[in-house]
Amino acid sequence: MYLTQPIPASPASTGARIKAYFAQTRLSLLVRSPIALISALVLIALVLIALIGAPLALETANFQSLRLRFFPPFSLEHGWIYVLGADGLGRSMLAQLIVGARTSFIVAGAAVGLAAVVGTSIGMISGFVGGWVDAALMRVSDIIVTVPSLLLALAVLFVLEPSIFNLVAVLAVSRLPIYLRVARAQTLELRERVFVEASRAIGATNLRIIWRDIRPLVLPTVMTVSMLELASVMLAAAGLSFLGVGLQRPDVDWGTIVSEGREYLTRAWWATVFPGMAIVITALAANFLSNWLRASGDPLQAGALAAATARQEDALK
Amino acid sequence: MLKFLSLRLTTSLIALAGVMVIVFFLARLTGSPATLYLPADASVEMMEAFNRQFGYDQPIPQQFAQFVGNVFRLDFGQSLYQQRPAAVAVLSAMPQTILLAAVAMALTLLAAIPLGTVAALHPHSVQDRLITLFSLLTASIPDFWFALVGVLVLSVNLGLLPTSGQASLLSWILPVATLMLHPVGVLTQVVRGAMLETLNAGYVQNARARGYSWKRLAFRHALRNAALPIITVAGDRAGGMVNGAVIVSAVFAWPGIGQVLVDAVYNRDFAVIQAGVFVVGIAVILLNFLVDLIYAAADPRIRIS
Repeated sequence: MYLTQPIPASPASTGARIKAYFAQTRLSLLVRSPIALISALVLIALVLIALIGAPLALETANFQSLRLRFFPPFSLEHGWIYVLGADGLGRSMLAQLIVGARTSFIVAGAAVGLAAVVGTSIGMISGFVGGWVDAALMRVSDIIVTVPSLLLALAVLFVLEPSIFNLVAVLAVSRLPIYLRVARAQTLELRERVFVEASRAIGATNLRIIWRDIRPLVLPTVMTVSMLELASVMLAAAGLSFLGVGLQRPDVDWGTIVSEGREYLTRAWWATVFPGMAIVITALAANFLSNWLRASGDPLQAGALAAATARQEDALK
Repeated sequence: MLKFLSLRLTTSLIALAGVMVIVFFLARLTGSPATLYLPADASVEMMEAFNRQFGYDQPIPQQFAQFVGNVFRLDFGQSLYQQRPAAVAVLSAMPQTILLAAVAMALTLLAAIPLGTVAALHPHSVQDRLITLFSLLTASIPDFWFALVGVLVLSVNLGLLPTSGQASLLSWILPVATLMLHPVGVLTQVVRGAMLETLNAGYVQNARARGYSWKRLAFRHALRNAALPIITVAGDRAGGMVNGAVIVSAVFAWPGIGQVLVDAVYNRDFAVIQAGVFVVGIAVILLNFLVDLIYAAADPRIRIS
């Protein structure tokens, strides 16, 4: 009955419609939460620097100069590109950080994306189908959880050659269980709901029900988990590179730079401190954003959040 | 309870068996380890002799049967780097790691429980926000970098702590702090969440109405009921401390399972990696078993069911 009624054309202007769209989505809440907004902007800026800056900085990052060995930071004597100093081979730290940023973002983003897509799909199917399929898939997830992630990664990357693809694959597999469990738990609850029954009554196949009815409701939670995972996957990837089983030259990420800088820790602190700080800033922004997403995603907490930001605005007036 | 424990134990052992199978086939994926262990200019005869000596000339199913049989006898072969059985190399390193992890976990709980409780007692207050900020910050710092900066500032610049070794009590500070870094933030948030829930429960509100102090309420009534999620996450993080142990050994040259595993990776000592995965897996299973027992001690309902 509702479906047959025509949707009334909105007489409002474009500006009003954009405003209404903002009010409906969480974007309006995001704008009102300063920390979350700053975190989002920082992340966007870092991604842009990584994607646009890396090709430009690549040549400078690999340029070695004996004269610039251990050139200290915060000096513009050799141009702004050496403002963060130079490493033991006289390479610009800033240029290396920009090049490393791209690899770090690609590895973390690809690993999180892969784990989220595969884990959520398996989790939804597992929860929806149930029975022995569910039991078997959950045991596989247990296998991954039983062994500490770093140990598994060490064992696998020890055998395979260090490369971006292998690093992403290992990180993605070790992070699968989280998505699998989250998606499965939600699907278990959702499949008993009336709208799923209705879909089945009109003859929808299982796959269609999962795609059209369950996926949209599982997705917000998965997004929140993914944002939370982005920071920890970035840390894990950097840790593997630090241990020498992640990426190796010519591929370079922030973890590789830390492990190289470590060799002359006492001589040039900046070669170790700056790449680590880049990781901390990125991870902190992602964690702030996911913390906020979690709070605004939970209706009870979202109400509290809206009330809190409203109070803050009142206080500012 | 007994039925539950045996079920848990069986599924864990199946999981471990699965991991060992994966490790075995991964090892075989790269072909014969002869290319890894022998020099690049080794003759074909040398390769064949090596394969015969270690049984790599057998068909894969036969090798697998041999491997399974050896695992049951705790025989993972000889460590080529340490010149002793791989199982001995791994087992002899476990006590140091377990001691370090136990100290770190005890201190983590000692810090996380008061912090999380204070945050839960005053939700959305300044203290709560600061504690949440602390949790987010600890989750954002790479542990290896934290360790390096700790060495740089406290050992190199200020000269307060030794850079490596375990001679004095002072040398424990940085390794323990490195191991605590990630668990302490996570556990604080778990304590906060669990305490918030129980503090709002009817029986706590009732006790509050009868005039008990918040302190008594929080630590006597609420904490005990909030214990289950705290124990779960603490157990999970204690297992994850193997990750931290690897980092600690890489930065501080701290002896233990981390050191053995890192050496094994750098020296391409596959027997030790296999033994390490097995022994750590068993340790994690035992830890989960211990967590289940603590569950039963904390919650009488679990004991009965």
